[in-house]
Amino acid sequence: MVGQALFILTAGITLLMALGVVLARNLFHAALFLVGAFFGIAVLFILLEAEFLGAAQIIIYIGAIATLIVFAIMLSRHVMGKEAGAYNRNWYFALAGVVFFFLLLGWLLIKMPFNLVTAEVPADAIAQIGQGFVGHYVVPFEVASVLLLVALIGAIMLARER
Amino acid sequence: MLAQQYGLIGVFALIAFIFPFVTLAFTWLIRPKRPNPIKQSTYECGIETVGDAWVQFRAQYYLFALIFVVFDLEAIFLFPFAVAFNKVGWFALFEAIIFVLMLFFGLIYAWKKNALEWQ
Repeated sequence: MVGQALFILTAGITLLMALGVVLARNLFHAALFLVGAFFGIAVLFILLEAEFLGAAQIIIYIGAIATLIVFAIMLSRHVMGKEAGAYNRNWYFALAGVVFFFLLLGWLLIKMPFNLVTAEVPADAIAQIGQGFVGHYVVPFEVASVLLLVALIGAIMLARER
Repeated sequence: MLAQQYGLIGVFALIAFIFPFVTLAFTWLIRPKRPNPIKQSTYECGIETVGDAWVQFRAQYYLFALIFVVFDLEAIFLFPFAVAFNKVGWFALFEAIIFVLMLFFGLIYAWKKNALEWQ
């Protein structure tokens, strides 16, 4: 019961934040609303007892991606502090596309036979993920570090050579 | 069990959110209200403020942000390992050190390419 109420409250706040992203006239404020929406998603993950996903959501999306977006806005000459409308001449095309995707996704969600798993989430789920990283999934774990290394070198190459 | 632990965090977050509003409202209630132009001016360490806060920032910050993102991802990979640290033994520590070393080479590369220098 309490869980249901918390879910509705969190989902509502997340939706309001997402609306803020779209409707905010100042791009910087839109980015801050985006942080709020990310945080709402993290709370939803934790309500689903997916603690690791919640932590990843906060550390990666709020810590890293939102930071990148805010930096990108602060570095753009023409956007800082300027008000920009949320509408332009093509808004009805966007509306048609959005309605189409909403109906498509809604139809899929209703038609999709979801297999509900009723098993309890183990209390030490994060520790089990950690054991998986250094046990059964050690190769993907190490490959991830190579991937991050490649991303780092690529980022430096791209950013240095202007 | 889990819900209880996060309930505590939720209560804490709520108090943290409300706290500044209560503090500001309380000081607004008890303070004397005798404004003058100097009191109303923007305070910045006693120095008069120059220009607008909405300025374009140096593009080099973006490189730092990109490097930060990579190490942030490293942190999220190491987090479950750290939680499981007492259960996984010495060999796992060796594996995690390889993981960290790989990104340490990336840090050395960034250093050598002067990506960390301010110019």
